[in-house]
Amino acid sequence: MKDVTLSLAEVVGEKYVSSQPEEAYFYARDPGLMPAHKPDYVVLPKTVEEIQRIVRLANKEKIPIVPMGAGMSLSGLVIPLKGGIVIDMKRMNKIIEVNEKARYVIVEGGTSHGLLKAYLEKRYPRLRHSIPDSPATATIAANVMIHGQGRLSQQYGFNSDMVAGLEIVLPSGDICKIGSCSLSPEWFSKGAPLPDLSGLFLGWFGATGIISKVALKLYPKKRMRDVEIFVTDREDLVPDIIYELTHTEMVEDINIFAQPLPMIFKDNHHIVICVTGDTDEELEFKKKMIFDALDRFIKSKDGGFMSVAPAMKETFLEMPQKSASTFADVTKGGGFEYSGPIIVVERYPECARKLEELATRYALKYNVTARVIGRGHSMMFAFSFTFNRADRDMMDRTKEALHEASEYALASGGVFWKPTIDEQRMAIERMDPNTRNLIKMIKKDLDPNGIMNPGNWEVNVDEI
Amino acid sequence: MFTLKFDENLCKTCPTCDCLVKCQYLDLEIDEARKEMMKIIKGGDSFVLQDCVTCYGCEEYCKRGNHPFYLITERREEKGILTAPRAITKQWINIGEPRGKYKLGEIKEKILSFGFMPEFLELVQGRLFDDVMPSYVFGQEFFCNVVYIHFANTSIIKERLPLVIDNFRKLGVQEVVCLHDECYGSFTSLAPAYGIEVPFKPIHYFEYLYNRLQELGDEIRPLKSKVAYQRPCSSRLCPDTHHFVGDIMELIGVDLVERTYQGENALCCGSIFRMMYGYELANDVQKRNIDDMVGHGAEYCVFNCPACLNALATKVAKRGIKPIHIIDLCRMAIGEKPEMEVV
Ligand SMILES: Cc1cc2nc3c(=O)[nH]c(=O)nc-3n(C[C@H](O)[C@H](O)[C@H](O)COP(=O)(O)OP(=O)(O)OC[C@H]3O[C@@H](n4cnc5c(N)ncnc54)[C@H](O)[C@@H]3O)c2cc1C
Ligand code: SF4
Ligand code: SF4
Repeated sequence: MKDVTLSLAEVVGEKYVSSQPEEAYFYARDPGLMPAHKPDYVVLPKTVEEIQRIVRLANKEKIPIVPMGAGMSLSGLVIPLKGGIVIDMKRMNKIIEVNEKARYVIVEGGTSHGLLKAYLEKRYPRLRHSIPDSPATATIAANVMIHGQGRLSQQYGFNSDMVAGLEIVLPSGDICKIGSCSLSPEWFSKGAPLPDLSGLFLGWFGATGIISKVALKLYPKKRMRDVEIFVTDREDLVPDIIYELTHTEMVEDINIFAQPLPMIFKDNHHIVICVTGDTDEELEFKKKMIFDALDRFIKSKDGGFMSVAPAMKETFLEMPQKSASTFADVTKGGGFEYSGPIIVVERYPECARKLEELATRYALKYNVTARVIGRGHSMMFAFSFTFNRADRDMMDRTKEALHEASEYALASGGVFWKPTIDEQRMAIERMDPNTRNLIKMIKKDLDPNGIMNPGNWEVNVDEI
Repeated sequence: MFTLKFDENLCKTCPTCDCLVKCQYLDLEIDEARKEMMKIIKGGDSFVLQDCVTCYGCEEYCKRGNHPFYLITERREEKGILTAPRAITKQWINIGEPRGKYKLGEIKEKILSFGFMPEFLELVQGRLFDDVMPSYVFGQEFFCNVVYIHFANTSIIKERLPLVIDNFRKLGVQEVVCLHDECYGSFTSLAPAYGIEVPFKPIHYFEYLYNRLQELGDEIRPLKSKVAYQRPCSSRLCPDTHHFVGDIMELIGVDLVERTYQGENALCCGSIFRMMYGYELANDVQKRNIDDMVGHGAEYCVFNCPACLNALATKVAKRGIKPIHIIDLCRMAIGEKPEMEVV
């Protein structure tokens, strides 16, 4: 076998491949709790053809491949569990096309959310996309790969529901187009009216293919945005409040948070409601509808709209919102991880109580964050903890607390979002056996050599 | 425990019952007003305890030295009648809890008190404050806690206010210039009403500004603009200082427009109403208030309380009126740039 580094260098150029310990160190870990594992090679392709050649090489030599965006998903999904090649996608960051009237954009597989946001603001100020509150370097392809949620998820579902087409490099090295783009020059649908094959890739963590292009639906961008925060001290009322709010169909985004510090937030649950409008009248009308919808909670003294100072408003309105990243380091020492199951909204109260109980028992800093997805069909509930990486004991406590949270979430009907390997294992064990077999069939057919991000969605549990 | 000094006999013989008759939010004739007041005094059930929106107005309307609003607040608390949603009340009580994180300037005998309003750290600049800065205090430790009368909670005031006053005492200060008139009201109205001793001389910053502007008289360039003044609820606790608004405006050469909602008839900024009662009341009050400013041709809306400024600044700006804090307006008159941007 020819030296792999050399072969990779022939594909991407020397500058964009490394097997050096410095790179291996960085690409071995993410900001979460999963133990590090070094890759053998790191490679940064520029074109889809380069990806194809890398995949073919890996397939021939049976070397694992781990596609990587910004490595921000926190749950170890880009840690090369079995070594091999990390394909860092960041050089493939072109915005290929915007179809303004059909409201979609086609981007390369390494394009970041921040870049797309800046591009649209400059060139297409009437269009927007569903930006997640992760750091702006997070990539669009990876975010849909993990079924992320963003600012428009309350209205339109998971960010992956907003995909309008995919170009995939299959584990064989072949390129496959998914959706309308498979027979039309237009990328307006990822499936319908065809069989929706996007499900063979979205949610698989790169274990069935590499997204080289993704089309994303864009949405109207209203000229104004504003935020209201409804607070209640009764977590059991949160589902009803959300029901009323989503029933108005007037809201852009709904996030809920609760945390003991700073004091302004103590003891309460905060429902952050973003509204948009093209005119003052539209904005005011929507706000009135929202106030009216929650009037009974105000009358019963169970909740009210807090006054939000301008500086605080800015914090809640910025996209992405940086406060999550700020919380991520409250303990200092740079450790942050959350288990973020998707649950039905009714489960919010018990999950919030559980998180508080876990934080007390394990003496950890916590915050509850939840984002409503699709008009209350479900929500992402984050059991979030921060920890100091220099404090081994604190890391162990966090790990145990997160494990308990995961078990709890599963037992209360939740489904893991961007699960760690540990959570994937729990999910596979619990899953309907026929579904599990289908996953196995698909994976075996698409990736017979098991080179794609191995360890993930591994149906033979002992192979994990 | 501190108890409210309230003279029932004053009410029995009151010729006007102005406290409730003048109330802008309840509609009572004199006989009914007296009846309800007596019910409140006796600890009975009065609809006033349910319907009062905590504008503080009656504290000013009573010219006989009684404290009708403090009494209403006491009775509400005794009966467990909430004014605001529980979560909002808790939030405010938590915010004001002393945290040991206050800021002190170079403390002299005379100090500026910013209470717990961070805006003043930014606002208090320039020659107007040369005389006293950087002698200031800021933080929960120096926060008068009066706001809790909005939340029908005097026990928290009775618990915290003496400690706050003690913090001033420990600094050995003689004169405290209160930048938030709620603090001034607490030292000159609320504390005496409860028999809490105040060991320093409280000075309202309007008085300070007025005197300072007189000292800088030669440098004043009349601003020649028409302004509306947004009177805050806290000003009802110290109505004796209200004349300074007109006095200051005259000094700096601006025309205080004669509008409907001014003086005793002033309307609240609406932010408390929004939190406690929802959209309708807040919106109605804000709309009437701003329409009135526009109708009288005001170019500026001059604020006293930063919380009112937060609540109304964007709204008045959208109607073509520039929001400005009174300190910034005075600074403009002596040729300085305002600190808080005029939107
Ligand atoms: C402070 C903070 C806040 C966050 N808030 C949000 C939020 O509001 N909403 C949200 O959705 N997420 C949030 N996240 C989680 C995460 O950062 C985002 O989901 C982000 O979009 C992940 O993108 P990434 O590029 O970092 O993915 P990575 O971690 O690099 O990759 C994620 C997965 O996708 C695979 N992958 C990467 N690129 C490709 C490709 N081209 N083809 C195939 N597979 C690929 C990887 O192998 C991995 O399995 C947050 C994270 C942090 C740290
Ligand atoms: S509180 Fe004052 S105004 Fe009201 S009835 Fe008593 S004395 Fe009269
Ligand atoms: S505080 Fe205001 S609303 Fe309440 S009774 Fe007094 S004047 Fe009326």
